[in-house]
Parts: sequence; C-alpha cells; structure tokens
Amino acid sequence: MAGYRTPLGRARGLGSAKHGVGHFIGQRVSAIALIFLVLWGVDSALALAHADYENAVLWLRSPWHAIFSALLIAVASFHMQLGMRVIIEDYFQRPSTKAALLILNLFVAGLVTAAGVFSILKVALSGGAY
Amino acid sequence: MSEGKGAGQKARPLSPHLVGGPHILFWRWHLTLFCSILHRATGMFLYLGAIVGAAWAFSLASGADAYGDFLVIIGSPIGKLFLIGLTFSAFYHLANGVRHLAWDMGEGFEPKTADTTAAAALAFGAAATIAVWVIAALSGGL
Repeated sequence: MAGYRTPLGRARGLGSAKHGVGHFIGQRVSAIALIFLVLWGVDSALALAHADYENAVLWLRSPWHAIFSALLIAVASFHMQLGMRVIIEDYFQRPSTKAALLILNLFVAGLVTAAGVFSILKVALSGGAY
Repeated sequence: MSEGKGAGQKARPLSPHLVGGPHILFWRWHLTLFCSILHRATGMFLYLGAIVGAAWAFSLASGADAYGDFLVIIGSPIGKLFLIGLTFSAFYHLANGVRHLAWDMGEGFEPKTADTTAAAALAFGAAATIAVWVIAALSGGL
C-alpha cells in the first residue's frame, strides 16, 4: 500500500494515520451492545418513573440492575465519544479549535463514565448516601 | 457533485453532513438525506442524555435531597419535553443504527429499500416513543 503514496506525502507524514479501523469496529461493536442496553434502559426508566428515593436505591442495589446500569453508561460514553469525534473532525478544520474540542469530548465522556459508574457502585454497595 | 479536478480524477464523495458554506447543501434533498442528518442530530441529543443519565446516578448517590431536586427538574414541563425528545432520539437512533449495520454488511443499498427502511426507522421512532409515554401515563409515572 505504501507504494501508492507520493514521496512528498511520505516525507510529510500526511495521509491515513492507520487508526481508522479501530474506530470503525469500536463504533459498530458498541452499537450492537447498545441495542440491548438502551432497550433495557428505557424499560428501567419506566419502572423508575414512579419510584421515590428509597425505591430507586433499592432498585439499584439489585446486582443485575447495577451491572447493566454501569454497562449502559460506560458503553454509551464510549460510543458517543467516537461519534462526537467524527462530528468535530467534520466541522472544525482549525487545528487549535479541533484539538480543544476533541480533548473536551474525551474529558466529558471520561467524566460521564467515572461519575456514572462510581455513583452506581456507591449506591449498590452502600445503599445510598451513607 | 464533480468539482474541478485534474483530468480523469473524480472528486471524492462528500458526506451529506458537509456543507459548502452557509445554506449550501451538496446533496439533493431526500428522505434518506433527512434520515442521515437526523441520525447525527439525535446522536448529539443522546450525548446530552448520557450526561443527564450520569446526573441521575450522581444525585441518587448524593442522598434523598439531591435526588428530590433531580426529580423536580426532570419532572418539570421542560424536563419532560427533554425526556420525550430523548425517548424519540434513542429509538430513532437505534433503528437507524440497525440500517447502518445492514449497510456495513453490504445490504439495503437499493434506492427503494433505502427509502423503505428510512421511513420504517422514522415510524419506529415515533411509534415506540408514543408507546412508552402512553405506558408511563397509564402506570401513573408522569
């Protein structure tokens, strides 16, 4: 494949970074997982719609509920980070703006995962705010 | 579509999401184009939804007062409107995502098939959203 690139392109190191396949596969595999996790999430949201604090805590203390909640937030964060990356790369060409937004995207996705999973574990393991 | 390039060179195919300046769309308006743009728009809305989902867990872990505040905000008219939009976004993005998975396997590219599945994804998103909110209303969850 390297033979197709011009000497100047090679010298500059421009062109494909060879990381696209990982992004492509990650997006699709997380999409397949999210088909099930999102449907479970909607069903759970319906169950939690008329739950007060004590009932919501009890709900999240059930192991499967905690496991699937944590999976939903973690896989969704991964999937949305990949998707938002493509959007940023599509619309922001200025390197400084693009880099700043891509980093912000990673920070938001990381914070959503950490805050979500930690909170779920705290409730599941300790039974609420204690 | 084809812009001025060297002889025998074709312009690269452009994503329907890219525009050539304000109000200039490269593609002719069509249902499949609308569905493609809506996939991206609902994806961005679900990004906000994930932040709200994490806020739900965070407020629950912060105690009864914080969880009560969360319920007040999410139960307000604006909060409910947000949740309805989120429900549609989730179902539509899911259905249209299945179209994408089929395309990755090389299926569903025929214009008629693409039109049909586009309409089906929209219909599924709308019908499932209505169903969920009717169930929520009937079970006293509103």
